[in-house]
Amino acid sequence: MAVKVRIPTPLQKLTDGKDEVEGEPGTIISLINFLNSKYPGMGERITEGGKVRKFVNIYINDEDIRFLKNEETEVKDGDEVSIVPAIAGG
Amino acid sequence: MDKLFVPRELIAEILAHCKECYPYEACGILAGQFGVSKKIYKIKNIEKSSVSYMMEPGEQFTVMKEMREQGLEMTAIYHSHPVSSAYPSPKDVSLAFYQDSVYVIVSLVNDEPLIKAFEIKDDIIKEIEIIYS
Ligand SMILES: [Zn+2]
Repeated sequence: MAVKVRIPTPLQKLTDGKDEVEGEPGTIISLINFLNSKYPGMGERITEGGKVRKFVNIYINDEDIRFLKNEETEVKDGDEVSIVPAIAGG
Repeated sequence: MDKLFVPRELIAEILAHCKECYPYEACGILAGQFGVSKKIYKIKNIEKSSVSYMMEPGEQFTVMKEMREQGLEMTAIYHSHPVSSAYPSPKDVSLAFYQDSVYVIVSLVNDEPLIKAFEIKDDIIKEIEIIYS
């Protein structure tokens, strides 16, 4: 079993159209680094200076990582991680 | 996509939601299949502002999950402009992450609300015709 990562439509260009990819257990930041090594460009779309961007929300199962330990939140085998760009504007 | 198909009842619901939130911006999602919208999700704007919106992240997440489970796509993202025209603002353009969706904007500047739809791709704005079905 691995970590299931849900890729939002805006980032599916980087994953050949796949809406779901596999990741490795660790922390959120190590998972993003792993994804970036497999899908170059993914990292900068999600983070800036090692922090998750303001307009990107990340969930582990159904929990917002901002209510857990942010980038340091632990990700285990079998977890489902969702990357969700915010919907916002002016 | 060069046209947005929306049933009249949904348009009426969007307009009602935008008026209800006035003077603040309202926001929500239209969901459907094959480019035809069939469902509206009114979502809370956590900004409580006349010039800005951000969907409540948890609500947005729940709605997107429900859409996925029901095999629906996000046909449009709507929001209101209580004090400006029905055209994407610079902030709308810079935060238009969902390029495959259509951005619907309702202006409440005049007595009669004005509703328009746009595709926003790589900073390029293109108006999309709304077909009332
Ligand atoms: Zn706007």
